[in-house]
Amino acid sequence: MASSKDDLERLLKREYVAGFITDIEADTVPPGLDESVIRLISAKKEEPAFLLEWRLAAYRHWLTLREPRWAKVAYPPIDYQAISYYSAPKSGADAPQSLDEVDPKLLETYEKLGIPLHERARLAGVAVDAVFDSVSVATTFKEKLREAGVIFCSFSEAVREHPELVRQYLGSVVPHTDNFYAALNAAVFTDGSFVYVPPGVRCPMELSTYFRINAANTGQFERTLIIADAGSHVSYLEGCTAPMRDENQLHAAVVELVALEDATIKYSTVQNWYPGDEQGRGGIYNFVTKRGDCRGDRAKITWTQVETGSAITWKYPSCILRGAGSVGEFYSVATTNNHQQADTGTKMIHIGPNTRSTIVSKGISARHGQQTYRGLVKVLPSAEGARNHTQCDSLLMGDRCGAHTVPYIEVKNPSAQVEHEATTSRIGEDQLFYCRQRGISAEDAVNMIVNGFCKDVFQVLPMEFAVEAQKLLSVSLEGAVG
Amino acid sequence: MLQIDDLQVSVEDRPILKGLTLKVNAGEVHAIMGPNGSGKSTLAAVLAGREGYVHTGGAVHYRGQDLLALAPEERAREGVFLGFQYPVEIPGVNNVYLLKASLNAQRRHRGEPELDAFEFLRLVCEQMAFMGIPEEFLRRSVNEGFSGGEKKRNEILQMLILQPRLAILDEIDSGLDIDALKVVSRGIEALRSPDRAMILVTHYQRLLDYVTPDFVHVLAGGRIVRSGGKELARELEAEGYGAVVAGAGA
Repeated sequence: MASSKDDLERLLKREYVAGFITDIEADTVPPGLDESVIRLISAKKEEPAFLLEWRLAAYRHWLTLREPRWAKVAYPPIDYQAISYYSAPKSGADAPQSLDEVDPKLLETYEKLGIPLHERARLAGVAVDAVFDSVSVATTFKEKLREAGVIFCSFSEAVREHPELVRQYLGSVVPHTDNFYAALNAAVFTDGSFVYVPPGVRCPMELSTYFRINAANTGQFERTLIIADAGSHVSYLEGCTAPMRDENQLHAAVVELVALEDATIKYSTVQNWYPGDEQGRGGIYNFVTKRGDCRGDRAKITWTQVETGSAITWKYPSCILRGAGSVGEFYSVATTNNHQQADTGTKMIHIGPNTRSTIVSKGISARHGQQTYRGLVKVLPSAEGARNHTQCDSLLMGDRCGAHTVPYIEVKNPSAQVEHEATTSRIGEDQLFYCRQRGISAEDAVNMIVNGFCKDVFQVLPMEFAVEAQKLLSVSLEGAVG
Repeated sequence: MLQIDDLQVSVEDRPILKGLTLKVNAGEVHAIMGPNGSGKSTLAAVLAGREGYVHTGGAVHYRGQDLLALAPEERAREGVFLGFQYPVEIPGVNNVYLLKASLNAQRRHRGEPELDAFEFLRLVCEQMAFMGIPEEFLRRSVNEGFSGGEKKRNEILQMLILQPRLAILDEIDSGLDIDALKVVSRGIEALRSPDRAMILVTHYQRLLDYVTPDFVHVLAGGRIVRSGGKELARELEAEGYGAVVAGAGA
């Protein structure tokens, strides 16, 4: 790394004097992380000075931190110097030129998930231009949004077009000091989504990453910022049901949501990152910090998630209930099959008066899967009249998987009402046989029982996700009984 | 319809059925009685296809097919119905949803059109009224929170909707009070038909006061040791199993 580092520094110093870098020959930075890499990333993206400084502050802070090991997940140590922190989007020449060149097993999964033919090509990374005109579809939506005054673009674009908004809100919900991975993300984040909804506006459609132009290869350190101004409403969908592969093993994203007075944000995630093979090798580590700030009175933030992928999932989408009468909700279905591990849950922090939070967590473990629900309900002394209801249920399929529950409840106001209910159950042989004796196949019976188990969460998913989620669950739990 | 020849079945290396032979024709109602541990429930389980039972000898033919070679759901779709002795609860799965899925699975198998939600609901409500099951049933999960008697009534309701060719009722009368027994019996009688065969596995003669069997068999030591008409049941009631079994030299 030493000699390339020298080269880079020379290159950067020279270019920096001249102004922003336009054409850099090297498309990928060699593995390793230090200040010069960060300067390079920032320069490539043509970021203003404030953002570079923000990144560097985060990086310097990151150097002082130690990787957390308190979660109930086990993995070999990550070598942060072995990761490449920047690579340009793949050129069309390397991508498969048609579906014929795509791994047939991947195509089989698309088939099972009922993904439309034209979408399969895009998902498989086939050179898009060769397949269909994606630009016109996205353009129509951009028009509608523009009419409503909604800003929905890539984070990079937002930095260029709306730097004042970015500067105002970035890091205000998840500061770089928050945790090890948030610090790393703040230093090296690549791209993500930016949404701003003006006061009183109800976003005319659900925003999906599918329609965000330029999503190539940005999954590794994604950074998303959504701001719903007073009285506005927005629903955002992240991810897709198709299994996504990536050479990059570590995914440390940060999502910040800000809801002002009377605003509502619904953030839905369907995560199906590659979970590794049957021995658990090669899967994605999904270490994510997601947090929503109900900054204004009567603001409401809802997190819904269906997590079926990744070798390791480590995330706690949370809500800070600052505004009076604000509401936070968390609905989650997480499955761990084979050797997947998940330590996931939420944090509801009640600060303002008359705040409410609802937590519904459904965990399904199969084969050797290990899953932990870790939740925090915190009621500060100022949170007069706080209400929380938590329901966390585990379903075990087989006798080698595990489900663990670690609820933290800290209440410092005597007027609070906090309820916690938890159940653990197995899909029993008796139940399966009952269904089969009525003419239902074993697979359909499992799906029926699992869907019944997840019903409370599926009911709050945006419609398109709800249908996909059911299919996704049945595919990801395939063969788990037996 | 059902031909069982010298059936031998073991559970965990212990022989339970030791050469059971039985023939059941369409239109007939057979009662199988016997002391505890004689193998009555094992017979029901084996016919339905439950796991854990090892077939060590003999054969079972159902409408000309080798029944034991079929998966449980295949047997169900061919018209075999088991009324469970202890119906299990399935939280989160709605009663009506399960029933509709079952009926349509069987209809699909027979090449018949599936029923839509409205048609099915109408059918269910009719039968629910007949069985005296309250409307609330529509909203509950399978057997969840049901009393023993309610579970048995649910079994009969399912039978009425699925219209099986061969119905095997495993101790349908256990845990029922007189009123529940009458309602259940009414359901069973409603299903008596020249195209249908029924096997009632039971301990007690009481059920047979309400549902008159065509044949009564005594199962003891894993075999049918005696067969007769409905009077045999009265004889058992009067003299107990010991005498009858001893008399048969089992």
